[in-house]
Amino acid sequence: MIAFNQVSKRYPGGYEALKQVSFELAKGEMAFLSGHSGAGKSTLLKLIAAIERPTSGSVLVNNQNVSVLKKGALPYLRRNLGLIFQDHKLLFDRTVFDNVLLPLQICGFDHRESGKRVRAALDKVGLLNREKSNPIALSGGEQQRLCIARAIVNRPSILLADEPTGNLDAEYAQEIMAIFNSFHQVGVTLLISTHDADMLRNSHVRVIALKHGEIQHPASHHEPVTPTGTGQA
Amino acid sequence: MMSAFNQHLGVMKTALRRMFISPLAGFLNILVIGIALSLPAGMYVLLQNTQNLVAQLSGSPQISLFLTMETTADDVAQLRNQLARHKGIHGIEFISRTAALEQLGENSGLDDVIAGLEDNPLPDAYIVSPIATDAKSLEELRNKLQQLPGVELAQLDSAWAYKLEAILELARIAVLVLASLLSLGLIAITFNTIRLQILTQRDEIQIARLIGATDAFIRRPFMYFGALQGLFGGITAWLIIALSLQLLRLPLATLSQLYSSTFTLQALTLSDSLSLLLFSVYLGWLGAWLSVARHLSQTEPR
Repeated sequence: MIAFNQVSKRYPGGYEALKQVSFELAKGEMAFLSGHSGAGKSTLLKLIAAIERPTSGSVLVNNQNVSVLKKGALPYLRRNLGLIFQDHKLLFDRTVFDNVLLPLQICGFDHRESGKRVRAALDKVGLLNREKSNPIALSGGEQQRLCIARAIVNRPSILLADEPTGNLDAEYAQEIMAIFNSFHQVGVTLLISTHDADMLRNSHVRVIALKHGEIQHPASHHEPVTPTGTGQA
Repeated sequence: MMSAFNQHLGVMKTALRRMFISPLAGFLNILVIGIALSLPAGMYVLLQNTQNLVAQLSGSPQISLFLTMETTADDVAQLRNQLARHKGIHGIEFISRTAALEQLGENSGLDDVIAGLEDNPLPDAYIVSPIATDAKSLEELRNKLQQLPGVELAQLDSAWAYKLEAILELARIAVLVLASLLSLGLIAITFNTIRLQILTQRDEIQIARLIGATDAFIRRPFMYFGALQGLFGGITAWLIIALSLQLLRLPLATLSQLYSSTFTLQALTLSDSLSLLLFSVYLGWLGAWLSVARHLSQTEPR
């Protein structure tokens, strides 16, 4: 579903965010992307959505090499992806409902059908009773869930989340993880970047660990976790 | 199909809403466009009217040949033959000096003065109707007729009308230049308005891009905005012109009555009005298009 092959990304100015990264994520698989900030997690996610282009190597999404995709084809790639941002990227000039409606408007959905879909998505993240609020009135956790609702309203087969629990306390983070797990159960492919030690420790999900732009070997993939982390169960 | 129509309707509503988010700014923009358009369009209407007036007043051109005082009846007859043979002339009329004096008495009410004259001061005259109607050939014909023996003075009656027409031609070019300049101004106004729009919608544009919006989708509301602003500007211009003409109509009617003329002011015709609106919509659209092409690439997501 997602395959990185010897991918390097060097930003203008010489900073090398990713070095020779190779990995594969199967269809329906869920994985964490771990590493300190600056390890290249965000860059890796941006390469999948073709927000950035790799300097070398190839990024395959659904067997399509997105690193050479024409600009005009990008919107159609992104419609197959659900993107969840750390800073939410919500629009505060419209209601919760209209925020979730935006992806459907972009795809040109029928008005009545899209109303149903928006409510279904809001229901899934537990925000159905807030549909008429302005996102500014939501708590941090609610804003993150709204961002998730917007990402899934299109029913994408792949969800990419960049530090979805980064600014949230443990309780909210668990809620969010529960939502992700429910998507995983219905066959959505998920790649979630995090530096949250607890989250990595408490789940049995595959971890792709990045350090200074390189993938760490499985033996050291708990590196970002505290030294005593592996013993917990 | 219905869905696409609804989508466009929705985009149009969005554009309208954005236009009047700050109503004063929105109205001022439209007013500026309206005034900019009404200037050349209004001048065009006045020009058109002046042209009608000139055509009405000048009618078919005539050349008056005043003969020398010493001409005899033989000379007059000879001249008639010459004129009758001339290819550029389709009609001649002779007015004898006595007839001219009587006519003068009738028209001017100066009977008493004329009766007191010892001598008839008026010469015999021929009124010549030339075939040509353009200023240049008429002037040539007049020059030829002036050379004929026995002719004291050949006068082109509608010479002033032709001069005026030449001036109108100049004015028409001036209007065209003005229209071009103000059209550029209109494009610039829209360009700038859309630039500000894009800046304020920057977040929305970036997010829309991230969740799969095509360039066409992002461009659409701005294009509608430009076109609608042009349309409202055009309507404003039309109203300004219609109102100004209405204000002019009454004093002009009084004036033309004083000159015992039946001249009435022509308003913008239907096709002129439609052209005005279409043109302003097009200019607004073009300004928006240029602005979007220039500024949208600067809002790529990072």
